[in-house]
Amino acid sequence: MTPRQRLWFFVIAAAGLAACYLWAFAGLPGFGNYPGPYGPAILHEVIGRTNATGVVSAVNFEYRGFDTVGEEFILFTAAAGMSVVLRRLRDEREEDSSPAAQAESREIPATSAAVRVLTLLMVGPTAVIGWWLATHAQTNPSGGFQGGVILATAFFLVYLSGEFIVFRRLRPDAVIDASEAIGAGGFAAIGVTAVAMSLPYLYNYLPLGTIPGAISSSGTIALISFLVGIEVASAFVLIIGELLDQTLLRQAAGREGSS
Amino acid sequence: MTPNAVMDILQVTVLVLVAAGATVVVRTRDRVRLVLVLSAYGMLLAILFFVFQAPDVTLSELTVGAIALPLILLLTIAKVRKPQ
Repeated sequence: MTPRQRLWFFVIAAAGLAACYLWAFAGLPGFGNYPGPYGPAILHEVIGRTNATGVVSAVNFEYRGFDTVGEEFILFTAAAGMSVVLRRLRDEREEDSSPAAQAESREIPATSAAVRVLTLLMVGPTAVIGWWLATHAQTNPSGGFQGGVILATAFFLVYLSGEFIVFRRLRPDAVIDASEAIGAGGFAAIGVTAVAMSLPYLYNYLPLGTIPGAISSSGTIALISFLVGIEVASAFVLIIGELLDQTLLRQAAGREGSS
Repeated sequence: MTPNAVMDILQVTVLVLVAAGATVVVRTRDRVRLVLVLSAYGMLLAILFFVFQAPDVTLSELTVGAIALPLILLLTIAKVRKPQ
């Protein structure tokens, strides 16, 4: 194909794509006009039916709870895969004896006082915000996923402040593994419990409370959001922790090599 | 100005900013700088979702786009980077 032929090929294909694109655009509903039947139907009945004012959470953890179980296990599998790929085999040692790696083993400068104070001050508020988001899915647009990530961020702030030893002590692998399993398994177990009570999978069988939007309202929605928060926080601490270990392992290997 | 007109202007402004931000992300070549630009772009996307009245997606985008993804990318770069 000569460059000239190629150019013609491109022009024809681009013109065809542009025509189809514009044709599709012309058929779109007006901006902000949702033509589907489900949105209005759910908005009409969701609060009366679930006592949850966090409508998005109600959809996520009840109407399409089965989808959310799948998404939860995607994260669970990703974290598990990460630990398998990045595990340190018994006879494995990271070796890098190049002069560059030796130069890397110089003393790492201590974290500055400003960073230490700032990050340590943020640990408490960050943990509270994460916890609050994970436990208030039934009342507002928060949810276990967002809360879990922010909760995990509190751990990384401890690391960022230079408190490596405290950071390691805060995340014993056994505890993190267990809490991740409890979060993921708990979600699935709530669904199976409903089946055992001869109800549909993930049916909201807990008392819904009396006041819409109260903390104690919405039955399984609040419980599932909390479990998702635990799972997501553990998964992120696990994933980032593995990566941090890898980076620290490298630095440690470099330091051993120089001495 | 009616509240609707203000909202329209806000939405168009944020859309233009997001398009510009995406271009900057694609045009950035240095890896570490790219992660920082990407984090700022995640922030911009969060504002976009907020302006279009999706507070729950805003929260997800804030946590994933502005915190989790840059953190994972930075650590990965630190791991694979050739010592200089």
